[in-house]
Amino acid sequence: MATKILTEHVNVPGIETFDVYRKQGGYTAVEKALKTMTPEAVVEEVKKAGVRGRGGAGFPMGMKWSFLAKPEGVPRYLVCNADESEPGTFKDHYLMKNLPHLLIEGMIISSFALGANKSFIYVRGELMYVIRILEKAIAEAKVKGFLGKNILGSGYDLELVVQPGGGAYICGEETALLESLEGKRGNPRNKPPFPAVKGLYQCPTVVNNVESIATTPWIMNNGGDAYAAIGIGRSTGTKLISASGHINKPGVYEIELGIPVEDFLYADEWCGGIRPGHKFKALVAGGSSVPILPANLALKLENGDKRLMTYESLSEGGFKTGTMLGSGGFIVFDETSCIVRNTWNFSRFYHHESCGQCSPCREGTGWMEKVLHRIEYGHGHQRDVDLLVDVASKIEGNTICPLGDAAAWPVASAIRHFRDEFMWHITNPQEATQPGAVYRGEMALV
Amino acid sequence: MNMITEATKLTIQFTPERLERAKQSIADYPEGKQKSALLPLLHILQEQEGWTSPEGMDYVASLLDIEPIEVYEVASFYTMYHLNPVGKHVIEYCRTGPCCLMGGEEVYAHLKQRLGIDTGQTTVDGQFTIKEVECLAACGMGPVFQIREQYYMHLTNDRVDEIIDELSK
Repeated sequence: MATKILTEHVNVPGIETFDVYRKQGGYTAVEKALKTMTPEAVVEEVKKAGVRGRGGAGFPMGMKWSFLAKPEGVPRYLVCNADESEPGTFKDHYLMKNLPHLLIEGMIISSFALGANKSFIYVRGELMYVIRILEKAIAEAKVKGFLGKNILGSGYDLELVVQPGGGAYICGEETALLESLEGKRGNPRNKPPFPAVKGLYQCPTVVNNVESIATTPWIMNNGGDAYAAIGIGRSTGTKLISASGHINKPGVYEIELGIPVEDFLYADEWCGGIRPGHKFKALVAGGSSVPILPANLALKLENGDKRLMTYESLSEGGFKTGTMLGSGGFIVFDETSCIVRNTWNFSRFYHHESCGQCSPCREGTGWMEKVLHRIEYGHGHQRDVDLLVDVASKIEGNTICPLGDAAAWPVASAIRHFRDEFMWHITNPQEATQPGAVYRGEMALV
Repeated sequence: MNMITEATKLTIQFTPERLERAKQSIADYPEGKQKSALLPLLHILQEQEGWTSPEGMDYVASLLDIEPIEVYEVASFYTMYHLNPVGKHVIEYCRTGPCCLMGGEEVYAHLKQRLGIDTGQTTVDGQFTIKEVECLAACGMGPVFQIREQYYMHLTNDRVDEIIDELSK
């Protein structure tokens, strides 16, 4: 039986209430941390656990915490990034809706470790119903003495505030999120200074993803070493994977990092395989930003070994044959999917969501969308495929935040692995624009 | 400085319950950082008025003691705030990849046909507005649309008809 660190009790009726959550062992980690540990010891356990940022970047959480500046007399802030907007990703939505107290417990432990007395949960505004669930849970925790002044007699005070966003993918970028939390447009900041030095209200700030923060109760209860014992190498612990697309069982699954991609895709415990009568064509393994892979490369490395669900194995082969774990947004495409149409769809997304500060992203995402649109609608030119590669390469690395890279990678990778499909659209526009027409040329379906 | 003018005072004010919520929201932030409550207050405004009208935004600016332009520039950045009047029910459908893989494009075409309007338009009776939005973080349950706070998932043409019938009653 696979270890469940986050979702063990997710099916217990009433788990969204304080009493049921408490009965299942909830808030014991807060008691342990606040009554028996120093903030430094909490940080140490999280470092030992090796848990990496679950929002997509994969940066070690304990290390991020240790960068936090601690000048005298200046407040420090913890901000939870619950602006989940990466296409293909819906795990934080699932976690907050079903287990609000797990996030609150994690927020208390993490805020204590960082010395923050006011912490924020920035939730995308579309999830207003989840915000109400969180606010209700916070009120319960406060009544029970786990939030507010002098928590459990420890002398530690904490207020939790839930802030709704206004609808903007870019606010998932941590400095854009801080701008938004200050009541401004979500334009990412130039770095340095990093939020650890000058973050919210120019004070030292840590921004962590929902799932990252939710690991801390288990780490307190079981120790960082026990967490690090799960998984493979630097991919420690478990990960929530949001599975969508042409599979039998879409949904959110908590896996131990290290299982083969093939098992996750085909085993009944998880995705349950490709929908009946269809074949596996392509995979976006970690949210729309990561490179798309054809079926064969998704399942196996270049040397024939099975590809595993770890940060390292998914990126094995670099961008030539690999991809990234990202946010764990696992989007599966069968042979009925048009890669050109999907790439145009993703490009439209990034064009729509570009904040417009940096010219390469503001203009480049629009150009890519325009060129992809004309290819998809039968007006492509022979030179368009190389033009797209050229534009993508000039966005990548030339913007102040990662949205530029996120917009460039899906286009570059789709062309890298499915160039023939793009060329088929350009050379056979009449055929390609028939309703339901899909490229049936040579490719590795599984 | 209270920038509320006689004109705005007359046109829009929060109901007492909403004003209370707005004040609580302002109190959530440190002294002098009341501008942080801008996004929450714009949500309260839209909940009351149906959209973020210029008069409403001026009123929000007065509550936060900031310039109206600071409200306009923010409201226009985020996609959730309606800068023009909308219908009673605003249907916001997800047009992003995973929902389209699950047949979203057909379902949304049916929705538009059923209501006789295109994206961005409102039915003549003022009942429905359709907006297209990007990923709503419900990709495993696609196709998806949202009406106010409610998510509608696993949409099919028949399900869309049911929802429209229900809301039309």
